[in-house]
Amino acid sequence: MSNFHIVRKGLDLPILGAPEALVDGHLSASVYAVRPSDFRGLVPKLAVKEGDRVLAGDVLFTDKADPRIRVTSPVSGEVARIERGDKRKILGVVVLADSQQEYRKFTSGTPASREDAINWLLESGAWSLVESRPYGRIASPDAEPKAVFVNGMATEPLAVAPAVALAGREEDFAMGLQVVSLLSKRTVLSIAASETAPALTKASGVELHQFKGPHPSGTTSVHINQISPINKGEVVWTLNYQDVAVIGHLARTGSFKLERVVALCGTGFAKPRAITAVAGANLENYLGSELKSGNFRVISGSVLSGANVGKAGYLTYYASQLTAIPEGEGTDFFGWVLPSMGKWSVSRTLFSWLTPNKKFDLNTKQHGEDRAFVVTGVYDKVFPLDILPMPLIKAMWAKDLEKMEQLGAYEVVPEDFALCEVVCPSKQELQKLAGDAIDLLYTEMN
Amino acid sequence: MKLFQNLFDATRPAVTTGKLKGLYPLHNALETMFFVPNHNSHSGAHVRDAIDMKRTMITVIFALVPALLFGMFNAGYQHYKALGLLIQGDLLTQFFTLSNFMFGALKIVPMITVTYIAGLAIEIYFAYRNKHAVNEGFLVSGILIPLIMPIDIPLWMVAVSTAFAVLFGKEVFGGTGMNVLNPALTARAFAFFAYPTYMSGDKIWVNTTPEQGAQIVDGYSGATALGQLATSGQTNYSAWDAFWGFVPGSIGETSTFAILLGAGFLIYIGVGSWKIMLSTVLGGLTMGLIFNSAADSMEPGALQNYMSLPYYQHLMFGGFAFGAVFMATDPVSAAHTERGKWIYGFLVGLLSILIRVFNPAYPEGVMLAILLMNVFAPLIDHYVVQANISKRLKRLKLQQS
Repeated sequence: MSNFHIVRKGLDLPILGAPEALVDGHLSASVYAVRPSDFRGLVPKLAVKEGDRVLAGDVLFTDKADPRIRVTSPVSGEVARIERGDKRKILGVVVLADSQQEYRKFTSGTPASREDAINWLLESGAWSLVESRPYGRIASPDAEPKAVFVNGMATEPLAVAPAVALAGREEDFAMGLQVVSLLSKRTVLSIAASETAPALTKASGVELHQFKGPHPSGTTSVHINQISPINKGEVVWTLNYQDVAVIGHLARTGSFKLERVVALCGTGFAKPRAITAVAGANLENYLGSELKSGNFRVISGSVLSGANVGKAGYLTYYASQLTAIPEGEGTDFFGWVLPSMGKWSVSRTLFSWLTPNKKFDLNTKQHGEDRAFVVTGVYDKVFPLDILPMPLIKAMWAKDLEKMEQLGAYEVVPEDFALCEVVCPSKQELQKLAGDAIDLLYTEMN
Repeated sequence: MKLFQNLFDATRPAVTTGKLKGLYPLHNALETMFFVPNHNSHSGAHVRDAIDMKRTMITVIFALVPALLFGMFNAGYQHYKALGLLIQGDLLTQFFTLSNFMFGALKIVPMITVTYIAGLAIEIYFAYRNKHAVNEGFLVSGILIPLIMPIDIPLWMVAVSTAFAVLFGKEVFGGTGMNVLNPALTARAFAFFAYPTYMSGDKIWVNTTPEQGAQIVDGYSGATALGQLATSGQTNYSAWDAFWGFVPGSIGETSTFAILLGAGFLIYIGVGSWKIMLSTVLGGLTMGLIFNSAADSMEPGALQNYMSLPYYQHLMFGGFAFGAVFMATDPVSAAHTERGKWIYGFLVGLLSILIRVFNPAYPEGVMLAILLMNVFAPLIDHYVVQANISKRLKRLKLQQS
């Protein structure tokens, strides 16, 4: 089987605001928050109360369904408050960070066996970085995955190249790969065909695959679908390359330092570039000096699937991008029939196809209202998985679990439908639909 | 601009909370027509493509404009030709005249107006009843329905057919996006079976209302090419006349050339499915070729004559081109899967020619072929989807063994 894969269907959004390829600065914050909603399907059981002192790496909450799964504090400090919503639902644990960070010390060095590795990851909370397919949740430590997929690509709009993000962390990454490859018989690392960073191209102890093509060629779903698609009953664990480096750092130093290289991207930033940031950091102070003036939406994550956190929000747990794009304002007079130069469409109904290389200052406008499905074949052009997107979406809509299963619901996560959602002329909310349907499938099957 | 915005703002309270609550869907439809609303994405992807349903639909209407304009000229041309009132000159100077156009426009614009009023009234009522916004689907149907009617059909029949199509072709299934049959063809089929004398025969395709000092030309026949073919197997019209469209027929169907312009536009813009168009043409050609090769072994007669009509000429006569480009491609009633579209289109083409040649009662087979395949499209899709499912099951079995 060839290790070189060409993905033809997909779309690279022509969006302005790409970050400069250098890491410059650190997102310093005095307040951090970890939100249970960042973890799909996790019901938190608190392990701290307001006023407690925690070290970075101390448990904040565990998963009610499996108390071995811990979410630990990214920083040391004092638990300032527990944010709660309706019915006292826990929205977030807010930690006031110390100026001098202290890390709880875990065993350092590479674990000896698979069991050791799992226990060690569980104890430190780094297990939260291991996601499982199907369902796209934190992995269950009891499962026996047929493979572990490490994603060494970043094709989301405006993402930082892995070569930039890994610079200086090669040792961590290599060590992380050693740990991760203990978890399963098969460890796959997927990288871009154009990748140059030796840390990725010369990675040892893994099965290396190269992918070429537009987004979503860099998503784990595509990699799994091309290399070893998930059948019913099978489990695959997935990790992001930056998280592998975090695990490597943990192995090397014994400290769980959840720091990533994060892209500050989008036209809302005065100087789009990469910075380092610790998960959960409060954005309010930092953004004040980085954002241009104007009405921008601040997204933790990419424009495709990130969360709208607001200017005073917190970086989400898994984010490696912080995007700011203009909010759409005002109505468009006869906007559906006038040529509307300057707007972007993947179709040729507007004139953006005349300038295929032009990038646009895309804003958050929906450009139309929700409608019934009418046009067919639009999703297929941006959906490279060996799955029929429209029938699967309709099965999800109808909550037809059997059909969903037959049509490949085990192989997808909500983010896979992001591009379909972008191009949909009926403005359907596909990611939300898919998320609810996959959660329903999980509840029914477990 | 400001004026309209103020107008909508001023009337909004009346339709949202006031006495005229029932008119909210109408108000909303009009307002969103004037102004694409300032909705921002609120879940999922934060940026969205600038296309929406209104733009998709208006693109199809643009593609219909050549056929519509040609139909207006042709209605006048056929009328004055029948009365012997054509000016001297070559065909083009006879055809593209203001009086031809005005004659056609005065006939066709009222038909379009009546269709829109009848159809949109029902759409708005259902939007109100089911509490959803008015869908844009009817924008296209409202132009399509007049284009596939004969020029002389009374306006009330157009209205009744439209109402039937919208009610029983669309709303009973749940509205736009849910219908099984193509609404425009449902309207035509209804008219065809309910008022056969106005929908078939030799007299209806050309308006022959006498004008001062003019009588119908001696020996004039208003039969369409297909009508002639069905009775005698031969036609007076040349294939070139049929290609350019200087022949009697339903308003928009006669000019293969004007339809091709629309088809090129739809394919280039990407709104119409080229797969369906191409496969329909291939299906039609295939059936034509089968007939051509079988014709030699037939007994001489009308049927044998018809079967030996050169296969490619089937594409130019009657409504084949119009059906392939504008009717079969309706995304809701066609097959939804990409592979299914090939099968669906091919069978539409095949059946069109089959019905046309073998059933003289229905000289135009395209309408029935498309409606029939509309019914079968979900079945085709079912098998295409099933193939994907079986592939996955096979993979699973392979894994387990």
